Amino acid sequence: MKWHKLVSVAGIAVLFCMLAVSAQAKTKTLVFCSEGSPEGFTPALYTSGTTFDASSRQLFDKLAMFERGTTKIVPGLATSWEISPDGMVYTFHLRKGVKFHTTPYFKPTREFNADDVIFSFWRQHDKNHPYNKVSGGSYEYYAGMSMPTLIKSIEKKDDYTVVFTLTKPNSPFIANMAMDFASIHSAEYANKMLVAKTPDEFDQKPIGTGPFVFVSYQKDSTIRYQAFDQYWAGRAKIDKLVFSITPDASVRYQKLKAGEAHLMPYPNPADLAAMKTDANINLMEMEGLNVGYLAFNTKKEPFSNVKVRQALSMAINKKAILEAVFQGSGKVAKNPIPPTIWSYNDAVKDYEYSVDAAKKLLSEAGFANGFETDIWAMPVQRPYNPNAKRMAEMIQEDWKKIGVNAKIISYEWGEYLKRSMAAEHQTLLLGWTGDNGDPDNFLAVLLGCDAVGNANRSQWCYKPFDDLIKKAVLVSDQKERTKLYEQAQVVFKEQAPWVTIAHSVVFKPMSKKVVDFKIDPFGGHVFYGVDLKE
Amino acid sequence: MVQFFFKRFFHVFPAFIGVTLLTFSLIHLIPGDPVELRAGERGIDPARHAEIKAEMGLDKPLYVQYFRYIGNVFKGDLGKSYVTKKPIVEEFFTLFPATLELSFCAMIFAVLFGLPAGIIAGVKRGTAFDHTIMAASLTGYSMPIFWWGLLMIIFFSVFLGWTPVAGRLSAIMWIDMDTGFMIIDSLRSDEPGAFRSALSHLILPAIVLGTIPLAVIARMTRSSMLEVLKEDYVRTAKAKGLSGRRVILVHALRNAMIPVITVIGLQTGTLLAGAILTETIFAWPGVGKWILESIGRRDYPAIQGGILIIATLIIFVNLGVDVLYGIINPRIRYNS
Repeated sequence: MKWHKLVSVAGIAVLFCMLAVSAQAKTKTLVFCSEGSPEGFTPALYTSGTTFDASSRQLFDKLAMFERGTTKIVPGLATSWEISPDGMVYTFHLRKGVKFHTTPYFKPTREFNADDVIFSFWRQHDKNHPYNKVSGGSYEYYAGMSMPTLIKSIEKKDDYTVVFTLTKPNSPFIANMAMDFASIHSAEYANKMLVAKTPDEFDQKPIGTGPFVFVSYQKDSTIRYQAFDQYWAGRAKIDKLVFSITPDASVRYQKLKAGEAHLMPYPNPADLAAMKTDANINLMEMEGLNVGYLAFNTKKEPFSNVKVRQALSMAINKKAILEAVFQGSGKVAKNPIPPTIWSYNDAVKDYEYSVDAAKKLLSEAGFANGFETDIWAMPVQRPYNPNAKRMAEMIQEDWKKIGVNAKIISYEWGEYLKRSMAAEHQTLLLGWTGDNGDPDNFLAVLLGCDAVGNANRSQWCYKPFDDLIKKAVLVSDQKERTKLYEQAQVVFKEQAPWVTIAHSVVFKPMSKKVVDFKIDPFGGHVFYGVDLKE
Repeated sequence: MVQFFFKRFFHVFPAFIGVTLLTFSLIHLIPGDPVELRAGERGIDPARHAEIKAEMGLDKPLYVQYFRYIGNVFKGDLGKSYVTKKPIVEEFFTLFPATLELSFCAMIFAVLFGLPAGIIAGVKRGTAFDHTIMAASLTGYSMPIFWWGLLMIIFFSVFLGWTPVAGRLSAIMWIDMDTGFMIIDSLRSDEPGAFRSALSHLILPAIVLGTIPLAVIARMTRSSMLEVLKEDYVRTAKAKGLSGRRVILVHALRNAMIPVITVIGLQTGTLLAGAILTETIFAWPGVGKWILESIGRRDYPAIQGGILIIATLIIFVNLGVDVLYGIINPRIRYNS
């Protein structure tokens, strides 16, 4: 009898196990082998892509959003918007029936409305807002996009209409509304945390309207998300999403190979060849929204002379740099904006590599015997420049051919940024990855007169160029803006404040089980819309 | 014994102050600006830069910053991370169980294999076994951890498929972390297979981290045994007709253990602080990796606080070792 009982208990246990296994098999869990830990879960407080991947790109929505895999702006939490004829007033019509996440730590009692929009922006804007100082209260992106001076007021017209009044017209404003810092939070949740005297928790346990619900975060190890069943655009195709934090690129690759992860970012360039031949790996690639450049300090002699800048531009063999430094993962850049951005002027002709022409021009500029200078090389690896030291060495060799002797200088990264802001360099290598797909985000931020002493490392303030980009910001019509930016690119090429070197190609290795992943031009990872094959 | 303990205990204070002073000076000596690093290529407006520095207290002279810091330390406040804005103590103790778990397993592995290997090599001096052990331990000691770790991953995880590549638990298993020790939490969870998964994730990192201590322990045990085996009392014990095993394990080993325990103590300290590479390769969420990343970000409170807590722990491990000497060898106790 005892034996019978034992056998039946064992049988039931086996049955349960089989059921559990089959239930588990039906659950689609996508494992993303992420490269680092998020700093927190409120995107407005941070600037790193790693944090945005873990927060805004899965948990939150914005009023306007970028269509997945493109820089095209589509309606998000706002179904439509109107811009006043003077370009100063933006009226957003909000989406109805949008639900916030329900979690063990917060159960919303109302749907998304205008109060949430006002809270999300006013927290960053108003120094007296009860949340302004919470979690360090530093809103660098908001400040970096000039929002504190640009936004005059935000008003709630009714529950589903919000009016932003600006201090001056600003065409990229809608694109800015699609950026990570513009993620919409729950005002109700914020109030609840404030009443409970735990406002810090608001930034650590996120509540959004996005396609995934936050489940848990084990520091430096794992972030877990669950698909949000009531997502306004329809439930995600995967059921669970796991970020398995793995800082080393080689180990990420081994995890992908061993089937422990489905997708990994930032592969080692050296592993790309093996990935391409791996039958289980699908290696996607896309031109990155970035530019790597060499900036001349135009405030310093001899770089204040345009002929010198042009001569030195001609003397650099960009193709050789692309082959040696990017190993095929880049394209020669001729404009300061990448070809993926609208208004890219393909008619611009780049300086052709010619040692003789460069020598001639340098001699015309009064430097027939060349001169001594420096090249600053970044100490870090970036998609727009995977090996700045190697690149600097190649440029050094090229310039030597025309009699220009350059010394290579490098500092620790923080020091490099600080000293280059203070314009201590003569020439320096740096780059930029776009934030919102708008040409203004490259041209004004990096080359405008207002950016001198800031991100304009060439210290170049040239009125004809600056007038064009300033005018373009005031115009709402994209065709007209395109013309202005195209002209600006021509002026830029003539004046040569930079040598535009390369736009990198971004690679995303993933398991062949991953279906419909689209590379984000902004360098992020968006898992809504992605599916897993059995 | 009590007097001996207190004497040793009072030696802790100068070491503690020394650690705070050294960490503070070193991190302020290395170039880099946490505010600039945060701003990145975008740069930051000089006025805003000054404002943030003032908020962080970095605008004050260094000695003021140090005294403010040390004052807060004595109040039990190690500050908040510049990056996550969370209290350092909370950050540290969230990650510490992972480091402790890994270090403990690595040490068990090192002692379990290092001690017997050293004893046998010492007793069988000059034999093939002795030479093999010494050659293997030298190789183990000289092995670059990063390379060794990757080699193990490629062979055991990718090629043979025996162990997981990295992490503490299979990513598809969702368990609640109550204690922070994965072995305990996985055992308590309802997730089927979690405990097994946690154990299998520990194997490679424990072996990689335990390799150097194993080599050191084996070599130290061998040389210490060789010394002791020459002593008169061992000869006497042998002459009295005691069995070889008794002579080695009771008479020789106990006396040979003093330097070995010192090494184990020192290595335990090194493991707590030095798991940085192993933690990075195996994506092990411990304090070593956290401190390394904090240095990269110039997160001063995290670097200072993290090193201070680890140094304090090491000081106490060594205090424990000192006390252990006294227990093992009463002469040390009486002489001091």
